[in-house]
Amino acid sequence: MAEFEPKIIAFVCNWCTYTGADLTGTSRIKHATNVRIIRLPCTGRIDFMLLMKAFARGADGVIVSGCHPNDCHYTSGNFHARRRWILFRSLLNFMGVDARRIIFSWVSAAEGAKWAEVVNTAVKEIRALGPYDEYKNLAPIRASWRTEHAG
Amino acid sequence: MSRIGVFVCHCGENISATVDCAGVAEAMSRVPGVVHSVDYKYMCSDPGQTMIKDAIKEKKLDGVVVSACSPHMHEPTFRRACAEAGLNPYLCEMANIREHCSWVHEKSEATTLKAIDLVHKMVEKVKKNQPLYSIKVPVTKTALVLGGGIAGIQAALDIANAGHKVVMVERSPSIGGHMSQLSETFPTLDCSQCILTPRMVEVAQHPNITLYTYSELESMDGFIGNFKVRIRKKARCVDEKLCTGCGLCTTKCPTKKIPSEFNEGLGMRSAIYVPFPQAVPNKPVIDKTQCTFFLKGKCKVCEKVCPTKAIRYDQEDEIIEVDIGAIVLATGFNVLGAEHFPEYGYGRYRDVIQGLQFERIASASGPTSGAIRRPSDGTEPETIVFIACAGSRDEAKGIPYCSKICCMYTAKHAMLYKHKVHHGKAYVFYMDIRAGGKMYEEFVRRAIEEDDVKYIRGRVSRIYEEDGKLIVKGADTLLGHQAIEIRADMVVLASAAVANDGAEELAQKLHVSYDPYHFFAEAHPKLRPVETNTAGIFLAGACQAPRDIPETVSQASGAASKVAALFSQSELTREPVIAVVNRIAPPLYSTCTGCALCVPACPYQAIEMEEIKNRDGVVVKRAAKINPGLCQGCGTCVALCRVKAIDLQGFSNEQVFAELMAL
Repeated sequence: MAEFEPKIIAFVCNWCTYTGADLTGTSRIKHATNVRIIRLPCTGRIDFMLLMKAFARGADGVIVSGCHPNDCHYTSGNFHARRRWILFRSLLNFMGVDARRIIFSWVSAAEGAKWAEVVNTAVKEIRALGPYDEYKNLAPIRASWRTEHAG
Repeated sequence: MSRIGVFVCHCGENISATVDCAGVAEAMSRVPGVVHSVDYKYMCSDPGQTMIKDAIKEKKLDGVVVSACSPHMHEPTFRRACAEAGLNPYLCEMANIREHCSWVHEKSEATTLKAIDLVHKMVEKVKKNQPLYSIKVPVTKTALVLGGGIAGIQAALDIANAGHKVVMVERSPSIGGHMSQLSETFPTLDCSQCILTPRMVEVAQHPNITLYTYSELESMDGFIGNFKVRIRKKARCVDEKLCTGCGLCTTKCPTKKIPSEFNEGLGMRSAIYVPFPQAVPNKPVIDKTQCTFFLKGKCKVCEKVCPTKAIRYDQEDEIIEVDIGAIVLATGFNVLGAEHFPEYGYGRYRDVIQGLQFERIASASGPTSGAIRRPSDGTEPETIVFIACAGSRDEAKGIPYCSKICCMYTAKHAMLYKHKVHHGKAYVFYMDIRAGGKMYEEFVRRAIEEDDVKYIRGRVSRIYEEDGKLIVKGADTLLGHQAIEIRADMVVLASAAVANDGAEELAQKLHVSYDPYHFFAEAHPKLRPVETNTAGIFLAGACQAPRDIPETVSQASGAASKVAALFSQSELTREPVIAVVNRIAPPLYSTCTGCALCVPACPYQAIEMEEIKNRDGVVVKRAAKINPGLCQGCGTCVALCRVKAIDLQGFSNEQVFAELMAL
């Protein structure tokens, strides 16, 4: 059987991590193909509903990455993101979502090699955790609930 | 139904070597809403751009996805091409299949599949894109220069000579700053006042410059091109229009024993005073904390002697409001205070002085008329010790940085001393000699070789007084840490340059960031050294970091040219990637609930609360309102908004979720 290829979605800021990932490309540092990047202006823009939606869309893991603390292009957006993440993590536990499937990191525009490492580590870790069946299995339950309660 | 065009670039072989570009184009043609999907070798080339333009016109495209390199590379190129073809540029998006795909993966099916995903998600995003229009902001062509030292003077003159209005605000009664206190300047030994005072007069007489001395910035609102500034003009107690600057009041004032700030406490001034003879403006100020009339209620000698009846004891602080387009911060530096040097006895022994005091002693306009004399007994010092790095590069004093100017001015001081006291002995204790600059190293060599100044590499551990001499105990690290004791008559400390008093408070008023030492922070240490992170506010001189006069002047001219460039346009054009609070038809007017949580979250103070009224003028609700001039489009408020009343143009919830749903 072929190795499990996790589906990972990355939410990154435009100024640091997106540019850092560009540098990964310019430096031709090869890494796993599993990650799809969604570009946002700042990590402060990342609404954590996006993370939940990613899981709902069948993601096995999520990466959130932006500028290092104090390096934010918008002065403090990443601090908001960090604070929000701390709160959100406890909410995840409450909801029963596996927090290990969300990887939070800082990758600057100069850290092309670090981005490749973040991607490879994420793929390795999520692969070890296996497909996120617990979440995916919720979909049929919800569908059957709907049919029962419809009309 | 959308009419999207997809253009897949090969980038020569950069993309096509690992990604099946034709396959991507074919896959995209099957996505609903895509009416045109092609691949081409060089999309950014002229024929490539023409392909896009032609397709927009022929296929009546209402959205374009160029799948090529990073948007940081060519987004402006393709958006411009779209605009030329009549399509709103913000309906064009780029899918990054080079940096994020072909360059980082081997040729494989997975790589092409990833490219398909990346392009597909941008197709879904572009379907939700709205036409956006760049924001135009008017520019008030008046600059505010804060600080009247050489940095402020240079910036103000450059801006004024470019034909723009300048308002200069200086905290002390005269402009001139630290440079006016200096005796000579390195490495030419030019007389500082001789080169500075003509420029001070030029500022005062320039038709484009309005000068407010003895004034401070009270508050600042607004944004680039549109600042509203309030200036507090402190009461001089002298009617500046009537005063002729004759100086009778200062000579007749009975309170004369006040240490002069200009002479660094080495000379005395009266309670009504002009800081120095060449002051600009040459109008006196009453020091309310020292004046007998203000302290005891009687005296009024100055009022009696004034021939023009210009004294106004009841004058009050005045608040002046000005509209400003750009601000140059040139508030300068300060030197580390006496309390930091107990081991050197500074502040305890009168003959241990710091560099600025030596400048005053050596200056022809100083308390000794330029003769080198000890402050304690007025005798000529036979042996003088200079200590470079007094506080600088010393973590224990909280100043790990190099103050940059001390090596040079210490060499200058030693030289000036030797020129005036030929038989005297001058010693310099130093850590390293940092003489980077045009003719700087030669200058230091001249002090050592021609003027016979003894340079000792080592630190001074302590200084104490014995039989009227100052015993300087130190070590010579080039002679194997040999202990050295010098019986000196005078010691000069090259005390560290530190941020000016109130720098932190001023930075907060202006929303400018500052470093751990309270020097103002530049937007980028290499490429944007005269700009701050707040658009429209620029930096000049030692308020950013310690620096010497030539550097200060060039930085001031740099800041001035940034201001002139800003003022060369009547309107500013900004990217429309900004947040907006929704406004809907009555009866709700907005889904914003007025919780105002977004207000403190905004790093740019761009959000304020607005009252929404119905047609009878009754307030229906309070809702957030975003100032498009201030908003930089970070989107922090968008993620924070609990009712999703705020959205970010260009990265709206609808767009981002559409992208996500394609994956």
